[in-house]
Amino acid sequence: MSLTDLTLKELWHRKSQLVSGLLAITLGIGVIVGIRSFLVVSEKAVAVNLDNLGANILVLPQSSSIDNYYAADIDASTFPEDYVERLVTSTIPGVDNISPKLTRRVKVGSENIVLTGIWPKSEIASKPIWQQGGLKGEALTASCAPTGPKKYADAKLQRKGIDTLANNDCFIGSGIASRLKLIEGSKLTIMEKEFTVAKLLPETGTVDDDRVFANLHTVQALLGTGEQISAIEIMGCCSAISDGLLGKLRNVLPDTRITTIGQIVSTQIENNKLMTKISLVFLIIIIFVGGISIGNYIWANVNERRKEIGILRMIGYHKKHIYYILVLKGIIIGFLGGIAGYIVGTLAAIWLGPQFAGIAVSPIYTLLLVSIALSISISILGSVIPAYLAGKIEPFSNMQED
Amino acid sequence: MLIQLKNLTKTYQYHDGIINAVDNLSLDIPKGSFVTITGASGSGKTTLLLILGGLLRPTSGKMSYNGSEINLHNDDNLANFRSKHVGFVMQSFALVPYLTAIENIMIALNVKGNNTTENRKRALELLEWVGLEDRTTHYPKELSAGQQQRVAIARALANKPDLLLADEPTGNLDPGLSEEILGILKEINLKQKTTVVMVTHSPMAAEFGDTKIQLKDGKLHNLDSNGIKLNMKVLIN
Repeated sequence: MSLTDLTLKELWHRKSQLVSGLLAITLGIGVIVGIRSFLVVSEKAVAVNLDNLGANILVLPQSSSIDNYYAADIDASTFPEDYVERLVTSTIPGVDNISPKLTRRVKVGSENIVLTGIWPKSEIASKPIWQQGGLKGEALTASCAPTGPKKYADAKLQRKGIDTLANNDCFIGSGIASRLKLIEGSKLTIMEKEFTVAKLLPETGTVDDDRVFANLHTVQALLGTGEQISAIEIMGCCSAISDGLLGKLRNVLPDTRITTIGQIVSTQIENNKLMTKISLVFLIIIIFVGGISIGNYIWANVNERRKEIGILRMIGYHKKHIYYILVLKGIIIGFLGGIAGYIVGTLAAIWLGPQFAGIAVSPIYTLLLVSIALSISISILGSVIPAYLAGKIEPFSNMQED
Repeated sequence: MLIQLKNLTKTYQYHDGIINAVDNLSLDIPKGSFVTITGASGSGKTTLLLILGGLLRPTSGKMSYNGSEINLHNDDNLANFRSKHVGFVMQSFALVPYLTAIENIMIALNVKGNNTTENRKRALELLEWVGLEDRTTHYPKELSAGQQQRVAIARALANKPDLLLADEPTGNLDPGLSEEILGILKEINLKQKTTVVMVTHSPMAAEFGDTKIQLKDGKLHNLDSNGIKLNMKVLIN
């Protein structure tokens, strides 16, 4: 009949109280687990969105803007191709892929097209739709993506480089293909150079539909620009961007304009930061509220057990034995509450995620240990004061005073 | 001498003044005696019993147990004193409601050591001795009042105490059961040479003692040893 047996027997004896004590800590831990589950999935969603974007950082000449880039402004200025070398040798963390481009608007017959020179190996088949169109290559390594590129649930969203693009080959957008009636294997003459259409790109609804992609050095020779490029697209890690990657890039390339593509990245990063802050606020509230709830529960239990504690003290139990019994009770409730809270929070996130946020949430098993540790800590905090006060109960509390 | 009380006083502070529950009491209790304490409500009987059991410290005076001054001990030493030397039998039985009869005895044995097998064996022996060997797994609420008191007596004897303190042990029992319980206490006193101090309201129960003390307003009012009323000056300083 050890003190642990005594504690377990008492817990079992007052089952309904145990349930009400568990409820408070379970709900608190459940909220934390639910928020955290959403947050982790949201971070993954950012990584996937980055893959959808492919490149998320643009390096443009100082005098250019993103509008120039997307409009493929014929008069857009350029900068030397060796800027790419500078970036490569700088080894800035968070830069996962560098893709230089030279873009010009040219005429093919009576049609205006956008001729874009690319490096085949480093050009990201960024849009999943490209990959659906059959452009495949080696998966690129993302240095700081939350789960690594090869673990993404949707294989289509993996970052891959375009495998090969021979000097005389080109990829063409669907708009051009339609207007010039081109198919794979057709010949296309641009500025008196004949290209073979290696691949028709699926329709994207963007300026890419009017693009012809050819080897960068072929395009440079064709346009007579020398070793100049009009932009560098960089695939940067989401977390690295929020940690000041743009500033570091500007230090390496001070005479360029460096910007992120689209608001989505920054918005989602901000959302994640907000969620993290909300999670922290909830954590603090739950530590207080959970601690007080457990404290209240244990104190009510102590009051109900005054006579019983008096009996134990009467027959020779020390104060430390009473502390042990009550704190152990708190630990057991914390342990059970941690498990129950994890299950409730995870199930709630799995159920509510798709309905309210359009996000499929999966269980995060490591959170189980965190939940148990947190719940036990809260319960110990909550039970210490009632246990101390219980130690002060006189050993004759069960006796009738004259 | 097992217990010596010298000028023992216990006062309680109430909002309308100070009350002397035990007032300058001196008393010797020899080993192996059966002492009964009677007196009206508020005479200080239970307070005296609490002090004798190391459950309450006197406000002033001395209490010695086998020559050792108990009231100077700290909390933990007093707890050790209680578990090693004193057994308690209460009017309300003082059993833990969620423990079975045998477990209620084992919690007392557990204070001294965790050898479960030995503790269980000793608890079974005690239950057998009080005639409850067929009630080992019964919870207090499943036992009659008399049976509950017998479990309480068995627990009080678990650690083979030198001193058994009983506070109105028959207060919740009918006359037949009362006599049975008093018989058990007398047997413990005679056969095991355990010193018994019993507080009671009942004159019939008081007759079981070989030394009868009557308290009034916290003072020794009358003392009768073996039917002979002694000169109180001998025992009262």
